[in-house]
Amino acid sequence: MKPVLLIDFGSTYTKVTAVDVDAPRLLGTANSYTTVQTDINDGLADALDKLEQTTGRLVFCEKYAASSAAGGLRMLASGLVPELTAEAAKTASLGAGAKVLKTYAFKLTEDDADEIKRLNPDIFLLVGGTDGGNTDCITHNARVLAEIGGSYPVILAGNRNAARECERILEGREVHITENVMPKFGTLNIEPTQKEIREVFLNRIVQAKGMTKASELISGIMMPTPSAVMAAMKLLAEGTKRQNGIGDLVAVDVGGATTDIYSVAEGLPDDPRTSLKGLPEPYIKRTVEGDIGMRYSIHGIVDAAGIEKIAEIAGLPEERTSEIIEMFAANTDMLPNDDETQRVDEALASMAVRTAVTRHAGRLEEVFGIGGLKLVQTGKNLLNVDKFIVTGGSLIHTEHTGRIASYGFYDEEDETSLKPKHAEVLVDRKYIIAAMGLLSEHYPDAALTIMKEELVKDGTCSK
Amino acid sequence: MEKKTLVIGVIGADVHAVGNQILYHAFSDAGFNVVNLGVMVSQEEFINAAIETNADAIIVSSLYGQGELDCRGLREKCDEAGLEGILLYVGGNIVIGKQPFDEVEKRFKAMGFDRSFPPGTAPEVDIAALKEDLHIED
Repeated sequence: MKPVLLIDFGSTYTKVTAVDVDAPRLLGTANSYTTVQTDINDGLADALDKLEQTTGRLVFCEKYAASSAAGGLRMLASGLVPELTAEAAKTASLGAGAKVLKTYAFKLTEDDADEIKRLNPDIFLLVGGTDGGNTDCITHNARVLAEIGGSYPVILAGNRNAARECERILEGREVHITENVMPKFGTLNIEPTQKEIREVFLNRIVQAKGMTKASELISGIMMPTPSAVMAAMKLLAEGTKRQNGIGDLVAVDVGGATTDIYSVAEGLPDDPRTSLKGLPEPYIKRTVEGDIGMRYSIHGIVDAAGIEKIAEIAGLPEERTSEIIEMFAANTDMLPNDDETQRVDEALASMAVRTAVTRHAGRLEEVFGIGGLKLVQTGKNLLNVDKFIVTGGSLIHTEHTGRIASYGFYDEEDETSLKPKHAEVLVDRKYIIAAMGLLSEHYPDAALTIMKEELVKDGTCSK
Repeated sequence: MEKKTLVIGVIGADVHAVGNQILYHAFSDAGFNVVNLGVMVSQEEFINAAIETNADAIIVSSLYGQGELDCRGLREKCDEAGLEGILLYVGGNIVIGKQPFDEVEKRFKAMGFDRSFPPGTAPEVDIAALKEDLHIED
C-alpha cells in the first residue's frame, strides 16, 4: 500500500482525502474548520485525526494540497473592449482558478483606482489591444496602477508593442510579461497567462496567505482549488495513455457564495454551415456566477428565477418559501432540517443549476436574411455532451440529485440555449473531485480509476 | 513603414461572403494588415475591432440593398467610442434599386462615410483611394 494524502484548504473547511495509489482506491475522507487566522496546521491536524479514526493510522508517502482559503486567489483584470480583451482577461483568470473580483474595460477612472486600492488583489492582470493595435489604454492603465502603488504583482499580457513601456511605467513593481491574451483580433491565447498566474501563485501567494508552515509539512501547495477541479475534469474527460476517459462533460459545483460551471468539450456547431459569433471558446472552460449561491448569494437565485418559480418547484406557498429563503440568508451555515426547508433548498439548487448552466452554455439563433435562414452560434454547443457531473453540498446531500441536475439540461421553453439534451448524471457524493485533480499531477491513472469508481450514477436524465 | 490596419466586413444580416473575401486578399496583398470580420457584422463589432486593433480605416460592404439602413449612425457611434476621424468606406449594392450613384454618394457622405463605391468596383480602385487617404507612398 502506498497512501497519499490530498488536502484542500477551503475558505470554510479543510478537507482531507486519503488514497492508496498502489491498488488505486479511496481510503477515506474527513474535514474540519480551516484555521488560516491562527495556524493553518491546527485545522489540518484536526481533520487528519478524524480521518484516522475511520482509516486507522496511515503513514503518507506524499502529501499535496490545493487552497482556496483566505479568499482564494483574488484577482482583478483590465482590458480594452468589454467583449474582447476584457473578456479574454476574465476567461484566462477564471481558467487559472482565480476568484475574479472585477474586470475593468477601457481606461481606468479615478473611481476605479480607488476601488482597486480598496480591493487590493493578489494579482492584477493588465491587458488590452491586439499586437500592433491599441496602446493608449494599457499604458494609461499601467500609469493608474503605478500611481496607486501596492505590493501585488502585475501580469502584463496585452499588446506586445506596449509591454516594455508598461514595464517602465511600473518600475519598482513585480511585473511579469507574457504573451498577449489576444495577439490577433478574435483569437484567444490564454495558456501563457494562466501559466504565469500559476507561477505567481506558487512563488508568492502561498507564502502571503500564511501557508508556508503548511507547505513545509506537505510536498507542496500546488494550485488554487478551482484549478484542481479543472485538472480532474480534464482527466476524467480525456483519460490517460492507459485508460479511456468518459468523453465530453459538463460539471456543476453549486457553492454557498458562487456557482462554478466547467465544460470539457470543443462545443462546435452540429451543422457546419452555422456561423460562429464572438470570441473562440476554450476547450476547457470555467465560468463563475458570483450572484448565484445557496447562502451568501441566495437572493441572486431568486432574482434570476423568480420567487414564483422557486415556490412552484418546492410545492409550497410563495410566502412560506420566502420565509425559508430569508432564514437561509440570515444563517449561512444552516442546513435543511425538515421537509419544507429541504424542498426549498432543492428548489434553489435547481434554479442555481439552471441559471448557471444557461449562462455558461452557448446559444443558437436563427437569422433571416436575403439568402434565407441562417444559423448563428455564440458560445459553446453542449447539446451532445452526455456526462453531467455534480458536486456541492446541496446536490450531494440529497436523494434528488438527478432531478435537480436535470434543470441544467436542454429546455424546450428556452430552445436557443445549447445545454445538454440527454446526459448521465454522476454525483461526487464524497466530495473528492478537487483531491483527484491534485492527485492527477503525479498519479493520473490512480486518480482516474478512483473517480470512475466514486462518482455515482444517478440515472440518465433529459428534460 | 508600419502597416496600416483595416477592419473589413459585411454589415447587417447580409451573408454575401465572396466579395468580402476577395477584398481581404486584395488588401492583404497590397500590404495592409486586414482584420476580416466576415459576414453579418454589426456596427458594434466593427467599432470594437477597430478599437482593439487601433485600425486606420473601417471598410463596410453591403450587397443586399439594406446598406443605407445598416450604416446609419455608424459615424456617430465611432465618435462616441473615441474613434474620431477614422476613415470610413462603404461599397457594394448599398441602396435599393437603380439610383444615380452621385446622389447615393452624397447621402453616404452626409452619413459620415469618406468614400462610397458603386457595384462592380475593382479592388485596385479602393486600394488607390486608401493609399491616398492614408498618405501611403508606393
